[in-house]
Amino acid sequence: MAALLDVKNLGISFGGLRAVNGFDISIEQGELYGLIGPNGAGKTTVFNLLTGVYKPDTGKIILDGKDITGRKTIDISKAGIARTFQNIRLFKQLSVLDNVKVGLHNHHKYSAIEGVLRLPRYFKVEKEMNERAMELLKVFELEKHAETLASNLPYGEQRKLEIARALATDPKLLLLDEPAAGMNPNETGSLMEMIQFVREKFHMTILLIEHDMKLVSGICEKLTVLNFGEVLAQGKTAEVLNDPQVITAYLGE
Amino acid sequence: MSMSFISYLINGLSLGSVYAIIALGYTMVYGIAKMLNFAHGDVIMIGAYTALIAISQTGLSPVIGVLIAVVVCTVLGVVIEGVAYRPLRNASSSLAVLITAIGVSYLLQNIALLIFGPNAQTFPSVIKWDGVSLAGGKLNISGETIVTIGACILIMIVLMTFVQKSKQGQAMRAVSEDRGAAQLMGINVNGTIALTFAIGSALAAIAGVLLCSAYPTLTPYTGAMPGIKAFVAAVFGGIGSIPGAFIGGLLLGVIEILGRAYISSQMADAIVFAVLIVVLLVKPTGLLGKKIQEKV
Repeated sequence: MAALLDVKNLGISFGGLRAVNGFDISIEQGELYGLIGPNGAGKTTVFNLLTGVYKPDTGKIILDGKDITGRKTIDISKAGIARTFQNIRLFKQLSVLDNVKVGLHNHHKYSAIEGVLRLPRYFKVEKEMNERAMELLKVFELEKHAETLASNLPYGEQRKLEIARALATDPKLLLLDEPAAGMNPNETGSLMEMIQFVREKFHMTILLIEHDMKLVSGICEKLTVLNFGEVLAQGKTAEVLNDPQVITAYLGE
Repeated sequence: MSMSFISYLINGLSLGSVYAIIALGYTMVYGIAKMLNFAHGDVIMIGAYTALIAISQTGLSPVIGVLIAVVVCTVLGVVIEGVAYRPLRNASSSLAVLITAIGVSYLLQNIALLIFGPNAQTFPSVIKWDGVSLAGGKLNISGETIVTIGACILIMIVLMTFVQKSKQGQAMRAVSEDRGAAQLMGINVNGTIALTFAIGSALAAIAGVLLCSAYPTLTPYTGAMPGIKAFVAAVFGGIGSIPGAFIGGLLLGVIEILGRAYISSQMADAIVFAVLIVVLLVKPTGLLGKKIQEKV
């Protein structure tokens, strides 16, 4: 079976800086894959390349047999990649429910005229959207906060809401950018359980960027280590973490 | 309170309603596309000319005439956005699009000048209703006044519900807050901004017809001054805020009419702008504007 995500020789330069060079990754359907590396190694840049925020100078990105290299972000979102952000980027002035409904935007349709005049389809589709959004909120135990403004949620809950919003776009591949950033060990523990749960419940393929070694070694099956924009090591988690090169570059001698 | 004061107040609310409807276009475009569309006032003028031609020259009924004006302005707004503003959306300086908007404003005025000439044309009121007479004939309220205020309230309610309760409204609010994140969630940012221009321009057509029904002279420069004042109203109420545009518009209309009646008719415009300066000195974000706190 072909991999869900197949990336070959991906690269981008910013001025004279080669931020990512010759990046390869292959992720099978249903895998939980970790992308690690020291600060400034280019991990988030890889996410930005995969989601079309940056256009790559070199390389190919194939998602589920479809070439999405250099496509616009919105097309890539429609093709099935969703993400969260290292620094949470929720729509803070929207309610928790509305944040998820923004993610549902492309799956439930009525025209602006129907929305202004409140024709029957408006009510039907809005009802479907509300039900679907509430289902997702329940999965993350956020349903009691549905009407709260996103900015008023506690930090950990905001992280969960970002994942719920990303899942609302019904992706094939979910990219999590440092989901445990700023969390204490307890919160990280429950986050690990939640990521496992999302993976099983939605049969989701997940690529996550992480600094937290405990989280990475606890749940990821495979790892890619980036250093100075290049792949340093790649393979099964246990093997990668014991690779002397990785220990030197990432964990320190 | 004397009858004349009440009468001035109602006229002020009527003029203010027109400002409010125009200000909605400014405030929505600013809130969502983060730009000042200075050509907005001239779309009003195009709307009024379109209605004038449809009603006076082709003899269509006023309702159809207004609908045609709405359609023409909606298309015009979307075309202006697509041709003039969209290519500059990611320009390094936000000045580029501002200057372009001023250019579009002059372009529209001069096209109107070419087609319709510089002479003022008389605009027939689209409202065939004499209005009501209260207090034994001492207080007369014209049909135009009542329809204008009613239209403004109706538009406000419909627009507020649309922005709060529809998926397109959610997309608008999402784009307004974080364009990049909205795009990554699959929101069509260009489409959402085009829709905002379409709504603003449709409202401009209605405002143009209402304005010219109350003040029946139409020239290619008719839209310029109300456009600027509506912009003032939007800033006054807190630019980006829909209720702010409503309140700002009404207050500005009342201040202008009362200033004209009780202080000086020549000074009325100066008073309007003086009020803006005072409000901005006291509350720089406008009456309902949100204070943005930067985290440090």
